[in-house]
Amino acid sequence: MKLLYFAWVKQKAGVAEEDVTLPGEVRDVSGVISWLKTRGEGYELAFADLSVIRCAVNQEHGDFSTPIAGASEIAFFPPVTGG
Amino acid sequence: MIRVQTEDFDIGTEVKKLTEGRTDIGAVVTFSGLVRNTDDGALASMELEHYPGMTEKELARIEAEANERWPLQASLVIHRVGKLAPGDNIVLVVTASAHRQAAFESASFLMDYLKTRAPFWKNEDKGGETNWVDARESDGEAAAKWEV
Repeated sequence: MKLLYFAWVKQKAGVAEEDVTLPGEVRDVSGVISWLKTRGEGYELAFADLSVIRCAVNQEHGDFSTPIAGASEIAFFPPVTGG
Repeated sequence: MIRVQTEDFDIGTEVKKLTEGRTDIGAVVTFSGLVRNTDDGALASMELEHYPGMTEKELARIEAEANERWPLQASLVIHRVGKLAPGDNIVLVVTASAHRQAAFESASFLMDYLKTRAPFWKNEDKGGETNWVDARESDGEAAAKWEV
């Protein structure tokens, strides 16, 4: 599973992109976040306030309840500010 | 048509390319967004980060949605990425239709949806001190008004 991080989520997590093997019990995006937060201080910092975390599963907007079965790419980022 | 690019764009050239040789277009609306200096005038540059792959897909989805809602003869969205200076172009939306209303409304819709859905992030550089721009609540409200 490829995980991607953008903007300040990337800066706080200290990583832009990584390949991970998720534990079998992780079934949705919120499970991924809970697991990430056990992996170090950077992730804890990045995911401290979930009200400003957005996600995409396989390059489509999702939410924390989006299932990850069959997904190859999950991205985490702040609310978008383009335009 | 969708383009994500570091290079600048020229509005006149883009409109000409879109309308050249066509006689079915009666209305063209263009919106362009520029890098505005911060209120304290201290903005040195702005870095536009994006999510390669998803950005293009999301812009294409938004454009397809506009084409479903309005009878458009042509549409174009260009968004720049990378380092930009105050006054630089960031975004261009062009919509072309037989009559003006579809062109006006769809251009507004495209910008409202782009602002809340397309994965771009602005990072301001005020001479060494950088800051990620916060999303504005009013952008979410502007997009929500198109929900049916």
